[in-house]
Amino acid sequence: MLLYLQLFYTFFKIGLFGFGGGYAMLSLIQGEVVMRYGWLSTKEFTDIVAISQTTPGPIGINAATYVGYTATKSIWGAVTATGAVILPSFILMLWISKFLIRHRNNPVIESIFKGLRPAVVGLIASAALMLMNTENFSSPQTDMYSFILSILFFVAAFVATKVYKVNPIYMILICGAAGYFCF
Amino acid sequence: MIYLKLFCIFFKIGAFTLGGGYAMIPIIENEIVTKKKWISPEDFVDLLAIAQSLPGVLAVNISIFVGYKLKGLRGSIVTTFGVIIPSFTIILAIALFFHNFKDNPIVERIFKGIRPAVVALIAAPVFSLAKSTHINRYTAWIPIVCALLIWLLGFSPIWIIIGAGLGGYLWGRYKGKFIKAKTDIKNKNDTKDKNDD
Repeated sequence: MLLYLQLFYTFFKIGLFGFGGGYAMLSLIQGEVVMRYGWLSTKEFTDIVAISQTTPGPIGINAATYVGYTATKSIWGAVTATGAVILPSFILMLWISKFLIRHRNNPVIESIFKGLRPAVVGLIASAALMLMNTENFSSPQTDMYSFILSILFFVAAFVATKVYKVNPIYMILICGAAGYFCF
Repeated sequence: MIYLKLFCIFFKIGAFTLGGGYAMIPIIENEIVTKKKWISPEDFVDLLAIAQSLPGVLAVNISIFVGYKLKGLRGSIVTTFGVIIPSFTIILAIALFFHNFKDNPIVERIFKGIRPAVVALIAAPVFSLAKSTHINRYTAWIPIVCALLIWLLGFSPIWIIIGAGLGGYLWGRYKGKFIKAKTDIKNKNDTKDKNDD
């Protein structure tokens, strides 16, 4: 029972202080789960990161589910950790949504959003830039073939979604199938 | 019926988001803004701004907001469950049965193809979002500077958001937009607060 409480408390904290999306959350999770409680070894943690990247879904949710199960060896552990990590978002988002829908036309809020909007575009651009790394594209030094092929996949997917408006879900399926045959 | 539809759409979004919350943006945009037109492109940018500014999983924050906007508290519960159930079940299955899933050479090959595509999927909406935020040649420096600060200098996105919100507020003040409106709103809020009490 104490273990479940600790799990809940830890993942609630991670949900509450996990600013800046999945990758920023991972370092928080590592600090609590590996260093503090020792629920997972460093190797198991690296495995979770790899598994999160190869399975669908938000990384924060994937990590919570996996840690919850591994720490307790029970599905209820997974439910506890996953529920705890989304609870802070739930409370905060509902509160903010309510407030914003009510004060939509307030000029102060309107001008804050005027500043936020272009910055959000920049944030998403930076996310794309940061993902252009050797992990996703390989590199000319290690594997020229994979590198060129990855660039081709990138360009094809970009043009298909941007110009031809291909559904992103089909795009993922097509590139997965093409990857299986080409690499 | 709308609940079932909401659940299905967010289940689909959860099931096909590879590579974290940002990769989800084009899929949500396609389903909610382009196809169903539940949210306007302008509101979608505002929603991203809010979801980014709050702690927690980005994808879950977006789901909660969309659900709430369309169908209140119940809607947000439905969308949240929809978006987390695919990853919850898949991860549980992996933890239970397939510890060696990621070392499988077939999976590795498939993902070699998907990873660059996911980066493209994140890059593509940058331009459509720039259009819906009405960025022109006088404001184009804002997203560029923000992106470079994060990418090259390692700034945390949260500081960019705080700075941008503050900048918008100060700019509105400088322009004197809400000097007159402020007093109106204040009076209105005061009476509203009294009513709330």
